[in-house]
Amino acid sequence: MATTSEYKKPLPTPSHVSQPFWDAAKEHRLTYQRCTACGTRVFYPRDVCPGPECFGVGTLEWVESSGKGWVYASSISYQPAHPAFAGDVPYVLAIIELDEGVRMHTNVVGIDPKEVEIGMRVEVVWDDVTPEFSLPKFRPIQK
Amino acid sequence: MRDNMRGAAAIVGIGELKPERTRPGRDAMSLLAEAAYLAIQDAGLTKADIDGMILEEGMTPTGSGYNPKMAEYMGIYPTFATGCDAQGAAGVTMALQAAAYINAGLCDYVLCGMSAAIDGSRPRRPAGPGHTETATSEFSAPFGPTVGANGWYAMIAKRYEKLYGATVEKRAKISVDLRYNANHNPMAIWHDVPITVDDVVNSRIVADPLHLLECVMPCAGACAFIVTRADIARGMRHKPAYVLGGANGVSRSNLTHVGEITISPVGRAARKAFAMSGYGPSDVQVMEIYDSFTVMCELEESGFCPKGTAGDWVQEHDLTFKGDKPLNTHGGQLSYGQASTAGGCAQVTEAVRQIRRDAGEHQVPGPTDLVYVTGSGGTFSQQSALLLASGAAL
Repeated sequence: MATTSEYKKPLPTPSHVSQPFWDAAKEHRLTYQRCTACGTRVFYPRDVCPGPECFGVGTLEWVESSGKGWVYASSISYQPAHPAFAGDVPYVLAIIELDEGVRMHTNVVGIDPKEVEIGMRVEVVWDDVTPEFSLPKFRPIQK
Repeated sequence: MRDNMRGAAAIVGIGELKPERTRPGRDAMSLLAEAAYLAIQDAGLTKADIDGMILEEGMTPTGSGYNPKMAEYMGIYPTFATGCDAQGAAGVTMALQAAAYINAGLCDYVLCGMSAAIDGSRPRRPAGPGHTETATSEFSAPFGPTVGANGWYAMIAKRYEKLYGATVEKRAKISVDLRYNANHNPMAIWHDVPITVDDVVNSRIVADPLHLLECVMPCAGACAFIVTRADIARGMRHKPAYVLGGANGVSRSNLTHVGEITISPVGRAARKAFAMSGYGPSDVQVMEIYDSFTVMCELEESGFCPKGTAGDWVQEHDLTFKGDKPLNTHGGQLSYGQASTAGGCAQVTEAVRQIRRDAGEHQVPGPTDLVYVTGSGGTFSQQSALLLASGAAL
């Protein structure tokens, strides 16, 4: 694990509303929000509920995900726009839909990028990038 | 729907600077001012005539109050001014805003425009994380940025491939036809470089599955236009391009979080635009569809072909300015050049040029009385649709 000063890639910039997500991530728990008023499941974290009929403010509570989902969309980046990622190309950017229904922008790892397919089942794998931050990435579920 | 503003306003002046890789020594305000001066002169107006202003700073705002900054810089002092925070959809959205303001009696001569500066003497700001903090950026930036919007549009293209089977071999036709148009437009950045389908297919992959020749290239440039009341427009020096209708379909900020990503929000805008205008997609004679990468989703959502069929549709039609379905007659963002979010204004000015029938070498030979124009902001975040018409189609 790199120290924070050694780590050159962008790190999350937690806010009052997202800090609980990163706290749980450090413990390798993947969390999202659920509305206590209408049940809508929410990611990224917010103060208000985006449910179609809900006007909940402060009604979102943190719940833990199974960490399992599927590849909704993906792309292989061959060209890093940020120099810190130069050593990583080609890498897979993906939108993962968790079994609980929320989506996350992340990386698919542990597989040849060309083998990643839409619909592929994946599970969370934690990348402890600094002492403060663990990033949720995803790998194929071994059958 | 309430009686709408159909035909109440028209575009009567246009001005634009040729997109260039860099414009050394020129900042965004000076580029926009130059384009604005061209537009005002093209309309045959004076600075004192301009009583409305819709100018937008674009991707790198330097603070609030851009319209007074530009007013002071140019010496133009309107009595009604607003911005237009519609990203690449701003060009089209400004035309609609201006028409609405005019129809409401707030002003008579509205200056609209945007610009993008690339000085070239300093390193460009790093694309990707760090320069814009949004509610979602802390959940995307740590996982690796994309080059501009390439990675996001690549995900759309790859999912589209999975759902409908159209691969680069089919998408390439769009790049090639648009390049042909650019080859006949001296203002286009790629005026002198023809390409073939093989060139597109064999160009390097930037973000799988998108190849280099499917991606837009950042340029410096500026574009402006003048909108006025229809009754005034009829007495002015150019044939007016009347605003028949339009809308701006707003969707998500970050592609990740909302909806089916291969469905672009221009569909909602197009349905409203056509309803306001009294025309349908089959009536359209020229399409100026903002091509952030491929426009296949936009062709489908706009109603020109059924969902999932655009890959074949573009093979069956000639999209060049000489063809049966003229598309992006100036070359599009892909081959005319994309001056950042100002690129969307060039889609509007090109439509005006086609309606006036003074596009020169790339003038559509057939009728150009009804032109469909779109803008696209973010990554399918907001897309606007606009119908412009000559007096004959009013």
